[in-house]
Amino acid sequence: MGRYVVRRLLQMVPVFIGATLLIFLMVNVMGDPVAGLCGERQCDPATAAQLKREFGLDRPLWQQYATYMGNVFAGNFGTAFNGQPVTELMASAFPVTIRLTVVAVLFEIVIGIVLGVMTGLRRGRPVDTSVLVLTLVVISVPTFVTGLLLQLLLGVKWGWIKPSVSPAAAFGELIVPGLVLASVSLAYVTRLTRTSIAENRRSDYVRTAVAKGLPRHRVVTRHLLRNSLIPVVTFIGTDIGALMGGAIVTERIFNIHGVGYQLYQGILRQNTQTVVGFVTVLVLVFLVANLLVDLLYAVLDPRIRYA
Amino acid sequence: MTIIDPTDAVPAPRSGDGDKTSPLLEVRDLHVEFKTREGVVRAVNGVNYSVDSGETLAVLGESGSGKSVTAQAIMGILDMPPASIPKGEIRFFGQDMLKMSGEERRKLRGARIAMIFQDALSSLNPVLSVGFQLGEMFRVHQGLSRKQAKAKAIELMDRVKIPAAAARVNDYPHQFSGGMRQRIMIAMALALEPDLIIADEPTTALDVTVQAQVMDLLAELQREYRMGLILITHDLGVVADVADKIAVMYAGRIVETAPVHELYKRPAHPYTRGLLDSIPRLDLKGQDLYAIKGLPPNLLKVPSGCAFNPRCEKAQDICRTDLPPLVPVTERDGTELPGRASACHFWKETIHG
Repeated sequence: MGRYVVRRLLQMVPVFIGATLLIFLMVNVMGDPVAGLCGERQCDPATAAQLKREFGLDRPLWQQYATYMGNVFAGNFGTAFNGQPVTELMASAFPVTIRLTVVAVLFEIVIGIVLGVMTGLRRGRPVDTSVLVLTLVVISVPTFVTGLLLQLLLGVKWGWIKPSVSPAAAFGELIVPGLVLASVSLAYVTRLTRTSIAENRRSDYVRTAVAKGLPRHRVVTRHLLRNSLIPVVTFIGTDIGALMGGAIVTERIFNIHGVGYQLYQGILRQNTQTVVGFVTVLVLVFLVANLLVDLLYAVLDPRIRYA
Repeated sequence: MTIIDPTDAVPAPRSGDGDKTSPLLEVRDLHVEFKTREGVVRAVNGVNYSVDSGETLAVLGESGSGKSVTAQAIMGILDMPPASIPKGEIRFFGQDMLKMSGEERRKLRGARIAMIFQDALSSLNPVLSVGFQLGEMFRVHQGLSRKQAKAKAIELMDRVKIPAAAARVNDYPHQFSGGMRQRIMIAMALALEPDLIIADEPTTALDVTVQAQVMDLLAELQREYRMGLILITHDLGVVADVADKIAVMYAGRIVETAPVHELYKRPAHPYTRGLLDSIPRLDLKGQDLYAIKGLPPNLLKVPSGCAFNPRCEKAQDICRTDLPPLVPVTERDGTELPGRASACHFWKETIHG
């Protein structure tokens, strides 16, 4: 197991370098970073050249990348053009997004799995059909529609929630945004659990569990659920990375000052340092989440052993 | 036929000897059908058999003859729907289990009636240790603690002769060999010393040498605990060594019953004869092996009359129209042969001719 983890960590290095290099290149292609500094006017060539030298932008791209990564590993993500260190932006944005992700994942786990088990055990019955149609609707409607609709109804029309989340972004305020963020994944978790449960319900070991005289709830929780949740856990694990970085739409709708919001601002203002810095951290989050899922897989299924 | 006392409401605790008012298990006129999209599949059409303590009944038949469905009906593990039991009784110590509540039946399952399944690899839960799965019997039925249950599990693994039981109790099913896994299945069925064990082709998935070991073990434990055993199989070789009596099933019906050696000597049904003739024999080496022609009937459309008539070499017109009842088989002079019955219009010719 230890050797496996080391190998996986080593494999992360090229993935990490590749991903960050791509982002670095893309952001550089986006436009001249100095152009944005002089406001509406065009910079005079002398100032531009001086700024370029100051930021090291006159050097070859690979050198810029090496310098940047060197700084990143020293904990320096550079400064945004408004003079605020990027790390400071991260310190304010990540806790908010993590809270939002936690809310979203809880929704996925609780609602998704409960609905999945209910429908999986009652396949073909009215409950199953209606939940199935509902998930189909949720999957096909884009997040910005669900988000805006809920904001309009719950926030503006009925006044149950505040339409916009305060900068503090406490858990209570994040319930509806979390539900919106989770909605599509939640529908997938429901369907995945349903299929898995329905398939395992007919398996021989469930029949054995019934033949042992176990009460129904024990058959379901100990024998059926334990096996059926393996693919679901994998899905939710990988989804954590996606939720952290993919909250741009939701965070925009509810005005949440998290990672998605900062990324959006960064792209809008051609704020290279912010975009590259945030995405670099997200790449790391994604890689670590994937590794944890693979390790969890071995814990859940003893037939999988890593050497 | 044994007379059943209808006032005997609650199944009596296991009694080695003593009062013998009703057999351990008695199946009476059992019907099981499955509703499918193509129509109603009549899997079991009026099965009667009984087992006593310490007795081994072998139920013999091809795939689809209804032998496993009967067993699952006895265990109460049929999926209903699609399955349903329109008719029949399953009496356990005289009490009809089909009239019990779901909870009453659950308490009998595993504790009083246990089942051994065919493929131990798929029948054991792959993600739970064997110790957990064995211990679960004690925890659920006897309320033992996790620790006590584990100690019991080790004891059980010792009983079924699994080497280094204490060290292997936390292993998972896939870490055992096929024979050892089947021993674990046996241990699980045996855990609460049930009155009746149903073994559904317990050795089919094993190789021949291991088959013999597992059957010997099962027979030994059965003798020791004086349990009733229903052995479901299509392997005539396995049956000869361990069974006391045999019931041959075809298309959801019992076509012949007999004490084990009688059946081998003098079958009273053409189907049984066909089965016996298709055993490879050393003294007939080099000749073509006999095979019953045709295929088992489609249970959606069982042939009229005797279900075996399209495959039977002795079939006459009556076989295609009249369903033969299961009648007692006698000697030529009319002396009764205890335990023998056949459902063939021409049983006399088959056994004596």
